[in-house]
Amino acid sequence: MSTLPSKTLDSTREFFRRDQVWPFLAPEQATVNVDNQVILYVEGLNLSFDGFKALNNLNLYVNDGELRCLIGANGAGKTTLMDVITGKTQCDSGTVFFGQNHNLLNKDEAEIAQLGIGRKFQKPTVFEEQTVFDNLELSLKTDKRVLPTLFSRLTPTQIDRIDEVLKTIGLAKHRFMLAGALSHGQKQWLEIGMLLVAEPRLLLIDEPVAGMTAQETERTAELLTSLAGERTVIVVEHDMEFVRSIARTVTVLHQGSVLAEGTMNQIQSNKDVIEVYLGEEAAAGEHA
Amino acid sequence: MNDMVPVLVEIEATSEEAVLPIFQYLVEGSLHYIKTSKQLVAQVEVSGVIRYKDLLTGQVVADLSKSDVDKIRVNNTLRVYLRNAIARIQLSAKSPSVRESAVRSLLSKLDQETVATLESLYPNETNKKVKEAMALALAMNTAAQTQLAPSNRIAAIDTLSTSLESDVRNLLTQLTRDGNAAVVSAANAALEKIAQRVNRFAFVDQLFFGLSLGSVLLLASIGLAITFGVMGVINMAHGEMIMLGAYTTYVVQLIMPNYIDYSIWVAIPAAFLVSGLMGVLIERLVICRLHGRPLETLLATFGISLILQQLVRTIFSPLNRQVSTPSWMSGSWEINPVLSLTLNRLYILAFALLVFIVLVIVLKKTSLGLNVRAVSQNRNMAKAMGVKTHWVDAMTFGLGSGIAGIAGVALSQLTNVGPNLGQSYIIDSFMVVVFGGVGNLLGTLVAAFTLGIATKFLEPTTGAVLAAILVLVFIILFIQKRPKGLFPQKGRAAE
Amino acid sequence: MTRLTAWFSEGRSTGKHTLPFVVILLSVTILASAANLFLPADSAFYVSTYTITLLGKYLCYAMLALAVDIIWGYCGILSLGHGAFFALGGYAMGMYLMRQIGDRGVYGNPLLPDFMVFLDWKELPWFWLGMDQFWFAMLMAVLVPGLLAFVFGWLAFRSRVTGVYLSIMTQALTYALLLAFFRNEMGFGGNNGLTDFKEILGFSLQADSTRVALFLITAILLAVIFVVSQKILSSRLGKVVLAIRDSESRSRFIGYRTDRYKVWLFVYSAVIAGIAGALYVPQVGIINPGEFSPINSIEMVIWVAVGGRGTLIGAVIGALLVNYAKTRFTAIMPDAWLFALGAMFVLVTLYLPKGLMGLYGQLKAKRNSVMNKESQA
Repeated sequence: MSTLPSKTLDSTREFFRRDQVWPFLAPEQATVNVDNQVILYVEGLNLSFDGFKALNNLNLYVNDGELRCLIGANGAGKTTLMDVITGKTQCDSGTVFFGQNHNLLNKDEAEIAQLGIGRKFQKPTVFEEQTVFDNLELSLKTDKRVLPTLFSRLTPTQIDRIDEVLKTIGLAKHRFMLAGALSHGQKQWLEIGMLLVAEPRLLLIDEPVAGMTAQETERTAELLTSLAGERTVIVVEHDMEFVRSIARTVTVLHQGSVLAEGTMNQIQSNKDVIEVYLGEEAAAGEHA
Repeated sequence: MNDMVPVLVEIEATSEEAVLPIFQYLVEGSLHYIKTSKQLVAQVEVSGVIRYKDLLTGQVVADLSKSDVDKIRVNNTLRVYLRNAIARIQLSAKSPSVRESAVRSLLSKLDQETVATLESLYPNETNKKVKEAMALALAMNTAAQTQLAPSNRIAAIDTLSTSLESDVRNLLTQLTRDGNAAVVSAANAALEKIAQRVNRFAFVDQLFFGLSLGSVLLLASIGLAITFGVMGVINMAHGEMIMLGAYTTYVVQLIMPNYIDYSIWVAIPAAFLVSGLMGVLIERLVICRLHGRPLETLLATFGISLILQQLVRTIFSPLNRQVSTPSWMSGSWEINPVLSLTLNRLYILAFALLVFIVLVIVLKKTSLGLNVRAVSQNRNMAKAMGVKTHWVDAMTFGLGSGIAGIAGVALSQLTNVGPNLGQSYIIDSFMVVVFGGVGNLLGTLVAAFTLGIATKFLEPTTGAVLAAILVLVFIILFIQKRPKGLFPQKGRAAE
Repeated sequence: MTRLTAWFSEGRSTGKHTLPFVVILLSVTILASAANLFLPADSAFYVSTYTITLLGKYLCYAMLALAVDIIWGYCGILSLGHGAFFALGGYAMGMYLMRQIGDRGVYGNPLLPDFMVFLDWKELPWFWLGMDQFWFAMLMAVLVPGLLAFVFGWLAFRSRVTGVYLSIMTQALTYALLLAFFRNEMGFGGNNGLTDFKEILGFSLQADSTRVALFLITAILLAVIFVVSQKILSSRLGKVVLAIRDSESRSRFIGYRTDRYKVWLFVYSAVIAGIAGALYVPQVGIINPGEFSPINSIEMVIWVAVGGRGTLIGAVIGALLVNYAKTRFTAIMPDAWLFALGAMFVLVTLYLPKGLMGLYGQLKAKRNSVMNKESQA
C-alpha cells in the first residue's frame, strides 16, 4: 500500500538516513577525476541561435595532458564550443563533463574557472586600468570569495609565482605599467600570463598568435608545447603554420560537428577536410 | 402661477413639435417677454453677450436690453409638469432617436398620464428600439402595480431583467420588499441577472480604460524604444520631448483661436517637427560625442531635460496651461446606460495604433528603416557596409523625438499641459521599453497594453498609487527572470 | 580582531589624499565648532549656528557622494536610486525623533505621533515599535537600506542586469518608494513626512551645542567612512571591484563570482547612504517623501561626476562644491539654478569625464612634463 502519507514518510525517512550526507552538505570535490585519462567529455552537444545550428551533435574527448588544436572555417562552432565549456553560453542539449565528476553545464563561469579551466579570448581582454602586476595578482589561484579577498595578503610564494610568470611572458620590466598602455602583442602575453598564474588544469586558448610577430609566435608555440603534459591545452587557431608547429592531434569542426580528427598529416590527406576546409584555405592562400 | 397649467395642457394638446422650444426655454428659465409688446423672447448668449431671440423667427431682436424684458418665472411643480410634457411631446417626434430618449427620460417619473400616452402610442410605434423602450416603461408600470395579478407582474419583471436602466434597478430593489413572495424572488432573480450584465459591462469599461492608458504609454514609449534599440542609449530628455509636443499644441491653438477644431491637424505635424528637430539638435551636439558611453549619455540627457523644463517654465510660466479639445473629440459614445466610452480616449487609442502601424511600415519599407534596422542589429557591420551611422543616429533620434512630440499632442487632450508633463510619463515609458524588450516594436506594443490594462484592473482593488507600485515591483521582478524583456533579440549579435 | 588590525596596519597604499583629507576635515570642523561655541556673536570670526547646520548638511551630502562614488566610480554601477537608501536612513532617524516628542505634540498623545492622531489611528503600527530606542532606530537606519540593497542587488546582479537597464531599475525603485511614502496609509506621515522634532537623546535640537555636536559627529563619521572605504578599495577586493568595472566577464572567467562582489559593495554603499540620511534628518529637522524623488538621486550622481569619480576625495569635493553653488545660486537667482545644474550635467560629461580631480591630474602631469623638459634643457 503506497498512499500519499506513507510515500511522504518514506521519502522523509530516505532524506534523514543517517548513513548518507545530504547533497547540499557534501563538500565540493576540488579534485578532478581523470582515472580514464580523459579530462574533458563533450557529448551530443546541440545549440541553435534562431534556427542556425551553431553546434550539431558535437562529440569531443580530450585526454589529460594533451595539446589539442581545433580548426575549422568561420562559423564552424569553435568559439561557441568554448563558450559552452566555460559556461558563457547555455546549450540546448548534451553533456559536458570535466573529468568524471564535474558536470560543467550546471556551473557558472566563476565556478568553472575555479575548477581550473582557464580561457583566453580572441580579443585580448585585460584590466586596462590596473598594472600588469595587479592583473596577475587578481588571477592568482586563491580563495576568491568576497571576505577572504578583502582580507587577503600577498604571500612571498605568491609574489615569487607572479615574478616567475612575469619573466616567462617577458613583461618583468613592465610590472608597474598600466595594462592599457601595453602593445597588442604584450596584452596577448599578459593574458596568457594571467592564465598561467592561475595554474589551471585545462587551458582554452582562442587564436593566441593573432597580431603577434613571427618571433613572438615562435615563443608562444614553445610555451604551449612546454605546458602540455602537466596541463591540458586546447588551441583554436587559423594560422595553419602555427598549428602544424605545435599540434599532435587536430580536430576539424565543420558546421557545428566534428568532421575529422587525427594527426596533422592524417587531416591533410582527409578527403572531406580538403573539400570543406583546406581547399578553401589553399585557394585563399594562393590568392594571397 | 398654477393657473398656467391648464393653458399649458391646452398647448400640449396641440401636439406640435413647434411648441417644444417654448417649453424648453421655460424650464431653463430663459423665457422672457418684452414689457411693451408682450412678445415672447428667449435669452441666449452670443459670444459672451446676452441677447434676446424672437421665438418664432429665431432672429436676434436688436437693441433689447435687460430692462426691456421680464422673465417668466416657473415654480417646481410647473417644472416637473413641463419636463414630463416635453418628454410626451417628444414621444411623437419624427426622429426615432428623439422618441427613444424621450421614453427613457420618462422612466423615472411614470405617472398615469404618461402611461396612458405610452399605451396609446405603443401599438402604432414602428421603430424597434423605441418600441422596446416603450415596452420597458409599460412593464415597469405593470410590475409596480400591487393590485395586479402576481403572474402578470412576474412576467413584467422578466421583461425588466433585460434592461440596464438605473430606474429599472431602483424599481426592482423596491420590489424586493414587496408583499408577494413570488414577486420578491422574481425581482431578486432579475436584479441578479442585471448585476451580472452590469459587471460584464464594467469589465469592458475597465478594459477600455486600460487600453486607453496603454495607448498613451505606447505613444510615450515607442520613440524611446527606437532610440534605445538602435543607439543603446537612454534619452532622459524623452519626457521633455513629449512636453514640447504638448506646448506646441498649446501654441498652435493660441495662433488660431477660431479654428480649434482644425488646430489639431496643424499641431500634429508641428509637434513632430519641433520635437524632432530638437532631438536632432541634441543628438548632434551632445549624444554623438558620447558614443559608446551609455551611462554618461544618460546623465547628459538628464541635464538637457532639466534645461528644457526650466526653459518652458521661463517662457510659459510654471503654471499649467489648458488646451481645448476640438468639438469632434469631446463627448462620449453611449453604448448602453452603463457603458459609455469617451471620444477623446477612443480617438487617441486609434491614433496610437495608427502611429504604430505607420512606424512599422517606415521601418520595414523605407531605406531609412533598412538602415536603422541594420545599425540596431550590428553597428560595426552596418558601418563597414557603408551605412552612414552618424546620419542614421541623428535621423533615428529625430524620429524617436518626433513621435514623442506627437504623443505630447495626444496627452494635451487628456491632461493639463505643464512643465512636469513629461516627467510623469517617463518612468512608465522606461518600464514599457524594459518590459517589452529592446529593439522590438511589437514587444513595446504588447508591453504598453499589458501594463496599461494591468494598472487599470488593479486600481479598483488597490487604489491608483498602490497599483502603480505593484506594477513597478512586478517589472523589477520580471527583469530578474528575463533581463532582455518579453521578446529578446536572439543570436550572437545580441551579446 | 588581530586579523583586522593586521589588515589595517598592512603597508598597502591607502591613497595619498587620505591623511591630508582627514586632517583638514577635522581641523576645519573643530575650528568652526569652537568659533561657534566660544566666540561672542559680534566677533569677526564667529560662525553662526545656521552656518554650522549648513556645513553639517554638506558633510552628509559628502558622505552620500562617497556612497555613490564607491558603487559608480569604482564598480561602474550607475545607481539612480541612492536617494532611496538615504531617505530610508533618514526616516529611521525621523521615527526615533518623532517618538521622542512624546506628549508634547499638538494633540498631546503620549504614544502616537500627531499625524496618526490626525488620521484617527488608535494604536502604533508594528513597524513603529521599538523606534523610541535610539540604538534600535540606528540599527534600522543601517539595516533597512542594507537589506533593501541586498534584496535588490541580489535579484538584479544575479540575473546580470547591467548598464542603463540597471540604472533605470534603480530609478524605478526609488520612484516606487516615493509613491508609497506619499500614501498616508503607509504610516510615515504621508505628504508632510516627519517633522517638528524636539530633542535627540534628551538634548534639545534647537540648542547650539546639540547642533555643533551633530556637526562634529558627522565630520568624524565621514572621516571614518572615508578611511575604511579607502582601505577596502585598496585591498585586493578593491582590485576585483575595478576589474569588474573594466571587464566583468573577464573577472568571471578568472573565477570571481562578480554578482556577489557587486551585491556586497552595493549593500556597503547603501549602508553609508543610510547613515548619511540618519545624520541629515536631525540637522535639517524634517524628512519627507520628496527625498525619494528620482531627481534627488540623479543630482547626487552629478556631485560625484563634477568632483571626479573613481576617487573618494573627488566625490567629497564635488558634493561640497555643487551644494555650495546651489545654496548661493538659489539665494541670488533661484530660476537660474536648474539651468546651471542642467548645463553642469552636459558640460561635465562632455568635457570633464574624470571631473575636477581628473583635471587636476592632467594639469599636474603637464607641469611635470614641462619641468622635466626644462631640467633636461
